[in-house]
Amino acid sequence: MIDTENLTRKFGSLTAVDDLTMHVNDGEVFGFLGPNGAGKTTTVRMLCCLISKTSGNARIGDYEIGNEKDSLKIRKIIGLVPDNVGLTENLTAYDNLDFYARIYDCTEAQRKENIKSFLDMLGLWDKRNVLAGTFSKGMKQKLAIARALIHEPEILFMDEPTASLDPESAKTVRDFILELKKEKKTIFLNTHNLDEAQRICDRIAILNTKLRAMGTPEELEEEVRGRRTVIVLEQLNDKIMGALKKLSLRNLTYDGDKITFDVAEPDRENWVVVNAIVSAGGHVKAVNVVGSTLEDVYLKLVRESA
Amino acid sequence: MRLSKAWLVASRDFKIFRRQKNIWYSIIIFPIIISVLFPTILEYAGQRNAGLLTTANLPNLLNSFSFFIVIGAAYTPLGIASYSIVGEKVEKSLEPLLATPLTDGEILLGKAIAAVLPTLVAMYAGATVFMVGVDAVTFGKLGYNYFPNWTFGVLLLILVPIAVAMSVLYSVIVSSRVNDVRSANGAGILIFLPFLAIYFASEIRIISLDITGILIISGIIFAIDIALYFVGTAAFQREEILTKWK
Repeated sequence: MIDTENLTRKFGSLTAVDDLTMHVNDGEVFGFLGPNGAGKTTTVRMLCCLISKTSGNARIGDYEIGNEKDSLKIRKIIGLVPDNVGLTENLTAYDNLDFYARIYDCTEAQRKENIKSFLDMLGLWDKRNVLAGTFSKGMKQKLAIARALIHEPEILFMDEPTASLDPESAKTVRDFILELKKEKKTIFLNTHNLDEAQRICDRIAILNTKLRAMGTPEELEEEVRGRRTVIVLEQLNDKIMGALKKLSLRNLTYDGDKITFDVAEPDRENWVVVNAIVSAGGHVKAVNVVGSTLEDVYLKLVRESA
Repeated sequence: MRLSKAWLVASRDFKIFRRQKNIWYSIIIFPIIISVLFPTILEYAGQRNAGLLTTANLPNLLNSFSFFIVIGAAYTPLGIASYSIVGEKVEKSLEPLLATPLTDGEILLGKAIAAVLPTLVAMYAGATVFMVGVDAVTFGKLGYNYFPNWTFGVLLLILVPIAVAMSVLYSVIVSSRVNDVRSANGAGILIFLPFLAIYFASEIRIISLDITGILIISGIIFAIDIALYFVGTAAFQREEILTKWK
């Protein structure tokens, strides 16, 4: 559905997006993770034909980004929820949606049906005649999502849709994205929120000007080798600490009677550690293996690229 | 360029203006001044000193008053165009609009219609009341209705639309460089200067506001309009708006 090949955008001497090659499948929720200034918004703007590319290629379906004729066609099949909701505050919720539906040549029946349907779904139908400027942040974000969907686009671009929302509003928005996911809508989701990406996205790309990693959340977690093991003892003493020191464990730390360290292969290596503790007279209460999380992957890749 | 789409943008702006009292004030203030104040001044001056308004000096005075319609036409769209574009900047509502299949030209034309149409309606309505009022006050002195006449016709139908266009194009350029409506209006005041200069030049008889004079002024302002059109349309492009506008 979305393909980029060596996509690059420079602003003067600053490279915002460098050599981005990726593929987003039809009907997939694709998470685009990265720190501030990583180039996420610039990428979305290029894909929405809002700004030009410096070099490389990108396609949305059969249409070429950068081709003036295709740009209008691309903008017909996409919907954008920008990072700033950008509602017309002096218009009612209904009029905001009606205006956009008219731009996309929706028939009167379609307009009425879609406005009712989306405002209902997002719990805003009762507020349809209220000025958008009086809405809370969460309500504005929901209205912006409804606006982006009003013409039933094939692809929805969302630029940090839950940023700056309170937990309840963020949950409503996430739940709505999950509803769209069930309908097999292609969604390109820019986010900082790792938990959100992990829960919603089929695949994730981590960007920091360059693409750092791409895959399913599970594949990305697998990429960062080294699993953390936590062993809880009845009592930690100097003899046990001496025995563990001899094993040269990575990132070994002590916290009360708890020992934490990293091993590449827990199944093979942990029994050696347990054996050393028992031989030193220690009593093991519990052994836990903690896998690397998406957060670990994200932080590792972003720090490496900084 | 699809006019229906430009009209859609303009219609939305009209809906917004309906709720903006300051826009209403900026639209009606000049027509009211022109249509009510000037006939009142003439009536009052005539009553105070009958020799002040003579058949010899009245036409010149009325032509000078007429030119305030042009100054009003240059002033009125400033507030509307500034609000229409800077208002969208403040609300950050341009980005979703630019992500639609509307072309830059359609959006810009829509914004221009939203500023031009109310201005022309208000100025023409004001001009009509002005003509009726002035004729009522001066008929006794002149023995005929001074308005309508060809000079005023040329002024209304040629110079006024050209002045409105100049103001709108200038507002687009100013709006791309400022972040609030007040600054846009402040910078927009500069548009007054050439028209005030013309007015004072006519008062000291450097130029004459007869048909020839008005056509020459219209030609010069039209040339400025063309230059402003190129600068304005270059400023109002997706890439510029999203990457370079303040």
